[in-house]
Amino acid sequence: MADTFTFELVSPEKLMLSGAAEIVTVPAVEGDMGVLSNHAPVMTSLRPGLVSVKMADGDETEYFVKGGFADITPDAVTVLAEFAIPRGELTSEMMAGQRKAAEEAMNAEKDENRKADHQSYLDQLTHFEETHL
Amino acid sequence: MASLKDLRNRIASVKATQKITKAMQMVAAAKLRRAQSAAEAARPYSQRMDAVMANIANAVGDSAGAPKLLAGTGSDKQHLLIVCTAERGLCGGFNSSIARLARLKARELIASGKQVQILPVGKKGADVLKSEFSDIMMKTVDLREVKHVGYENAADIAKTVLDMFADDRFDVATLFYSEFKSVISQIPTAQQIIPPQIPEMDADAEAGGTIYDYEPDETKILDDLLPRNVAVQIFRALLENSASEQGARMSAMDNATRNAGEMIDKLTLTFNRQRQAKITTELIEIIAGAEAL
Repeated sequence: MADTFTFELVSPEKLMLSGAAEIVTVPAVEGDMGVLSNHAPVMTSLRPGLVSVKMADGDETEYFVKGGFADITPDAVTVLAEFAIPRGELTSEMMAGQRKAAEEAMNAEKDENRKADHQSYLDQLTHFEETHL
Repeated sequence: MASLKDLRNRIASVKATQKITKAMQMVAAAKLRRAQSAAEAARPYSQRMDAVMANIANAVGDSAGAPKLLAGTGSDKQHLLIVCTAERGLCGGFNSSIARLARLKARELIASGKQVQILPVGKKGADVLKSEFSDIMMKTVDLREVKHVGYENAADIAKTVLDMFADDRFDVATLFYSEFKSVISQIPTAQQIIPPQIPEMDADAEAGGTIYDYEPDETKILDDLLPRNVAVQIFRALLENSASEQGARMSAMDNATRNAGEMIDKLTLTFNRQRQAKITTELIEIIAGAEAL
């Protein structure tokens, strides 16, 4: 059996998932990142996307996360997500709502640099929606 | 002296009051349980957030390039006090003790020549502070319609605060709320959130001495992390507050129920004495009448 590490997915409201995992894929800003045990310490911010986990007992689950960080150390991965729900509960209405909010935030932003950030965030959301729903 | 009928009415009304306070106590107990578990469920996130913050802040250090949200604007002339209280009363000293702490702080700052603004969250605290600070109060954040405080509520407040910070309208922000210790003890607390007080890394973590890779890079992550941290701190304060509020209400209502019970006992005793006295007088009258014949 492969080495395992502690995986935790936390949203502001609660600890969503915690346990020993074999492999985790996190949607890092610069591309998806597969993490196995004994990974070098990395801290990365996340883009909207799916976190998929294979737990030590063989269960595989996927969560949609939006905004947050992954804190990766050799023996633990902690995903701090501003918003997280299981993949199965994600609906297209929910995504549409998210996208609308993002658009509004972008239009309200005056600072050009920040506007670009919003734009790229929106692109990521749209891309996710096109590919997964 | 009150007549027997008056006494009977009073006993009935105190009994009715007691029923209400008893019911309120039980409602508060049920809500407290929910609020407490919500506060507990939110704890891992803010703990991890603190750890990440400490980690990154130490990595970036006091370098000149550190963002203002972390290092401060370099002055402390303008202060923002975010005062979180409840939307409803009848919860003992809960609202007034938070308001008192905020008032003392505001007076102290004003006395030392600083500019102060107050952002009240919750109607009750705003009402109390209005009399003294009406000219520096901002619009109250109204959470009356909100049944369960969610992260979105905190994010909204954080957005207001961050927009103000971006416009240079304050240098230091302090958050006032009541920390939930137990049902009988809630501690009004002031916590500085901008610039944040970075928790000291404990010796264990430092000994581990993990050197992180940052993706994209420290400053980018920090830019993202700091505003989020403000929202998380506010969220935590709101949750602590709602648990404290219910705890305070529960013990206040428990006291009220007990007081009503004591009052009923006292009134009943007076009532019985008077009834006895009346019977005795009547008997004496009858006997006296009979003797006279």
